[in-house]
Amino acid sequence: MTLKQVVNNVAEMPASKNAVVDIKNLSLTFQTADGPVYALSDVDLTINEGDFVSFIGPSGCGKTTLLRVIADLEKATGGDISINGVSPEQARENRAYGYVFQAPALLPWRSIERNVTLPLEIMEISKEERIKRAHEALKLVELNGFEKKFPWQLSGGMQQRASIARALSFDADLLLMDEPFGALDEIVRDHLNEQLLKLWARTNKTVAFVTHSIPEAVYLSTKIVVMSPRPGRIIDVIETDFPRERNLDIRETPEFLEIAHRVREGLRAGHSNDE
Amino acid sequence: MTEMKLDKFCLVGAIAALLALIFPLAGIDADTGKQVAFVSDIPGLAIAMALCVIAGAAFTWLGVRSVISGVIILAVAVFGCWQAIATLYDHGVAGFAGTGFWLFILSLWAFVWRGIDVIANYRSLETAKQQIANVTVPVAFGFWLLFVWEVLVAGFGVPQVLLPPPSMIGVRFVTSTDIMAADFYQTFVKAVLSGYVLGCGSAFVMAIAVDRVPFLKRGLLPLGNMVSALPIIGVAPIMVMWFGFDWQSKAAVIVIMTFFPMLVNTVTGLNAAGKLERDLMATYASGYWSTLFRLRLPAAMPFVFNALKINSTLALIGAIVAEFFGTPIVGMGFRISTEVGRMNIDMVWAEIALAALAGTAFYGAVAYIERKATSWHPSFRVRRH
Repeated sequence: MTLKQVVNNVAEMPASKNAVVDIKNLSLTFQTADGPVYALSDVDLTINEGDFVSFIGPSGCGKTTLLRVIADLEKATGGDISINGVSPEQARENRAYGYVFQAPALLPWRSIERNVTLPLEIMEISKEERIKRAHEALKLVELNGFEKKFPWQLSGGMQQRASIARALSFDADLLLMDEPFGALDEIVRDHLNEQLLKLWARTNKTVAFVTHSIPEAVYLSTKIVVMSPRPGRIIDVIETDFPRERNLDIRETPEFLEIAHRVREGLRAGHSNDE
Repeated sequence: MTEMKLDKFCLVGAIAALLALIFPLAGIDADTGKQVAFVSDIPGLAIAMALCVIAGAAFTWLGVRSVISGVIILAVAVFGCWQAIATLYDHGVAGFAGTGFWLFILSLWAFVWRGIDVIANYRSLETAKQQIANVTVPVAFGFWLLFVWEVLVAGFGVPQVLLPPPSMIGVRFVTSTDIMAADFYQTFVKAVLSGYVLGCGSAFVMAIAVDRVPFLKRGLLPLGNMVSALPIIGVAPIMVMWFGFDWQSKAAVIVIMTFFPMLVNTVTGLNAAGKLERDLMATYASGYWSTLFRLRLPAAMPFVFNALKINSTLALIGAIVAEFFGTPIVGMGFRISTEVGRMNIDMVWAEIALAALAGTAFYGAVAYIERKATSWHPSFRVRRH
């Protein structure tokens, strides 16, 4: 299938409404020596197939925790959550998602190529296939030619791209990204955002993306989830209708500014509740 | 020349050598009542002293800036050292060294110090040249220390039972290679290597068991701590009773000595992998063994090699001390304890030199493997663009 065909298919596809992540009345309380900490409370959310969902909110609002619950890295203490119709634990066992952390978390003793093939190795995929897929994934993030380099020989932005390639290598339909570009400078971040959008438009993956940057959230998403802290909860869900293929110029349009304004209002309201 | 700085070391060297020509070279022999030797009777020494005066004076003004000037200074010093040794042994000054002689040694010290200093500060982008400089410094310094040892012992006439000169130890070393080889084979190849492999290997396996079974971590680690505090002197005779006089009992002592450092380091190392990396493995639904081999053991390698390096020196100490408590009539520890009794101190020193060589080589080999195995670690990284 050529790239053009892929793009056409995506364009023709009806807005599919299969829920990938279904969360109902979810809560999570950490028991600490200083008493319980209510990290998440009464969270209801549906992420549909092909969605690009951003979680935005001040630090401590539980956006990362919510992503970790989806990934089965934390267990919810109340409510229901299903991923592709099964429990998060089952979904993790099925390798249903790729997770990109805040830091690249590349293993320093492995070359970039062998870092990208790490999940494939664990999934016991043949060596030939592993290398083929690693090269494809590295090409998607424009890192071809760096296969034999070691992580510490690459810049921070390149390392984060390699970690995205690693999450893409086993072709999971769901991509969970926890502030992947948080530590990068604005220029690199803009570039990687563009690349990520292209990738998403091309592959029709479902993406859950944690950020604390309003422009980043509005630019990338089809759905913006605004959260507020103590207890972590959802205070607004904003749907956007920008085309799937978009460029950085849309950040100057009135629609964009209007949505950004609504997000900011939401965040402010969440904060005033807190005080 | 705006900045006119005198080179202090060369100045000291020149003045000391000049005074050495004036002061009496040797003391007075109590039997004959005469001075033992005069500079004027030893042309080689006189030339060496004169050279030191000239070179010292010249470089005091010129300054020692280039490597070439450093090498010239060192060459003058080496010639001086040779003449000093010849004076001691060929002209009967040994045991009767006087003020003049020691002033000359002081002059040589100043030159050697300045020469080594220049070479130690040498920086070149050509790796070959830089490596030669890097090797020269410790070698030159080592030879200088041996020279000082030799000259002090011979010059003051120290009894050989207290401290033999290095030349005597060297001769003993070279002439008794067969005994040394047999001792080395018995102590190092048989006892040290087998004990080291057994101790480190079993501790490594135990560390993984401790990691896998939580109650071992709480129960065994504190006990292991106690075992490690056992004094080796107390354990060695018991091991000899249990495992006999031959190398097996020494290997057992080494196992006890090396077990705990390896266990603790490996257990610590297994927890060295970061939380992020563990979460990453969890997202791939990676099992215990898969995570162990792909993440935790590689991350533990710097700790494991640390223990291997510590144990490489501990093992040799353990074997030698254990041999003091009963052994067949061969082995480095046996030789040291018996030759001390027979006042053959040069043989004892030759064995100590052998132990130092073997220990250094062993440590170096482990460190080399470490460098190859953990080249990714920040302390060894080589940029390969």
